[in-house]
Amino acid sequence: MSNTTAIQIISPGLLTTVQDDGRYAYQRFGMSISGVMDQFSSHVANFLVGNAPVEAVLETTLMGPSMEMQGDCVIAVTGADMAPQINGKPVPMWQTLPVSKGMVLSFAALASGARSYIAFAGGIDLPEVMGSRSTYAKAKVGGLEGRPLRAGDVLRVNRLQKSLDLKRIRVPEQHIPKYPAQQVLRVVLGPQDDYFTKEGIDTLCTAQYTVSKECDRMGYRLEGVPIAHKESADIISDGIMIGSVQVPGNGLPIILMADRQTTGGYTKVATVISTDLPKVAQAKAGDRFRFQVVSVEESQQILVEQAKRMQALQTSCIPVVEAPAQQAVTAPQPAAPARTAAPAMGRVIHQSLTIDGVNFQVELREIL
Amino acid sequence: MYHKAKYLPAGDCGVVVELGNAITPQINGRVRGFLLVLEDAKLEGIVSVNTTYRSLLIQYDPLRLPYGKLVETLRGLESRLYTTQLPPARVLEVPTLYGGEFGPDLDFVAEHAGMSTDEVVRIHHSTEYLVYMLGFTPGFSYLGGMDTAIETPRLKTPRGKIPGGSVGIAGKQTGIYSIDSPGGWQLIGRTPILLYNPDGEPPIPHQTGDYIRFVPISREEYDSIAQAVRQGTYEYRLLPRKEALVNE
Repeated sequence: MSNTTAIQIISPGLLTTVQDDGRYAYQRFGMSISGVMDQFSSHVANFLVGNAPVEAVLETTLMGPSMEMQGDCVIAVTGADMAPQINGKPVPMWQTLPVSKGMVLSFAALASGARSYIAFAGGIDLPEVMGSRSTYAKAKVGGLEGRPLRAGDVLRVNRLQKSLDLKRIRVPEQHIPKYPAQQVLRVVLGPQDDYFTKEGIDTLCTAQYTVSKECDRMGYRLEGVPIAHKESADIISDGIMIGSVQVPGNGLPIILMADRQTTGGYTKVATVISTDLPKVAQAKAGDRFRFQVVSVEESQQILVEQAKRMQALQTSCIPVVEAPAQQAVTAPQPAAPARTAAPAMGRVIHQSLTIDGVNFQVELREIL
Repeated sequence: MYHKAKYLPAGDCGVVVELGNAITPQINGRVRGFLLVLEDAKLEGIVSVNTTYRSLLIQYDPLRLPYGKLVETLRGLESRLYTTQLPPARVLEVPTLYGGEFGPDLDFVAEHAGMSTDEVVRIHHSTEYLVYMLGFTPGFSYLGGMDTAIETPRLKTPRGKIPGGSVGIAGKQTGIYSIDSPGGWQLIGRTPILLYNPDGEPPIPHQTGDYIRFVPISREEYDSIAQAVRQGTYEYRLLPRKEALVNE
């Protein structure tokens, strides 16, 4: 038995990349950290297939890929609901899914969220580059040849006997996140909150911001009331955390995300707490944010509670008993049939997206 | 330079340690000293450290090391900064072909400075530039020490794609594009060596605290170095800095 299984990419979707928890070691050499945008979803996906939480997964954006399994493997899909299917039949998310040789995983349409994660039991067989498998396309590093997946690519997945023998489980409903179009993001003020007027900080705490079309792995530009600086919006360039709320001279905040530059010369009024980063990662153009200020101590207490919730999620996972083929048909997915039969369309949003330096305009239609 | 470091929260998992609010070799040396002290202390719960002109961004795991305890520990380490010896500086030689097709803005820089192109090149390559920090793109150095006689404003309209290796001037700064990227710097030359090579060991030859010296080369030398780089046989010239050359 070969020790890897091949997965043939039929269509890459809009933007599908290999990501793990990020490339930290070369940050002070100017290398962006990258990594998954929604760590909660990727960690749960890895848990469901028996991997370490930091194992590399596929992150797919707005429109999912399709891929044919060229051998038996075990996967899990989490994050945004893009209506995953196997051989054209809806399959549940947030659970262990055995898939057999020749089966095709595809995604029907985006129902909620922005990014889905696909984990493979045993992990993706790609070398670490500079300590990580994360794709950072701008520097052509990591993942598969340092770029997003393309049609015709063959991805190799480690094949372990213990993966094929995995107990199948699913995440109970109460632990599955929802991705509403309106979210409250908790932030810790700083590092440069003292560059803003009191009115500016009040604006941050009370105004509602709309995610602009310019939202990608690098950052989310927001539209709304400008946040007033005392004088200058410029600082001597310093380091940037994921979730930094950077405010340039025009006063409009930008939330910096996984592919952000390592350093920057604009003031950062606040930082989104790590527990709330998945809310940003799953937002898309037109969604709305409010900010709520918490202290560092509160933010760390929230993180402790989040870690407990992750433990509770893991211990409360429910065994799945159906045979895989039947499960694909009978799984409780009330919304799924509606999706395949000419779904009613709701609001339409437009979003720009940069892949390999080329700008794309994407139209998304909400399924009602 | 601040008498005592400022600790600025950067969310629930990060803290900025700010040592001053100016771009000086002294403050930057203190930053590098703090990095050495941190590496030496091997604190449980530190995830990563980024160093910049005048600050460090420390990412940590609050589940193992909460904010209060982290700051208390870091304050305790501050006194060691006064006794920390920085390693001797090194100089990375960057062979550079000035002017011509690789330096399309050299004429403009010369005109702006009111001198000949040869004089611009002479001034540009006769300084050793301190690498204050790396950022923007992998391997891109923020350099200090350029002679203000050749400072030139950025292009009014940035170029869409500047090839990696391009050497440019922007205001009081000079630098080397480490990868292909858009930008508005005045381009005066190009180096055939790679300042970022993901397959290299190490992928980025230099670090904060090193110096960069541009060495003018001919087209023939450029081509032969470029060939060595392609074949993977080029060896970086990264030499100990002769203190006699210190000119700051």
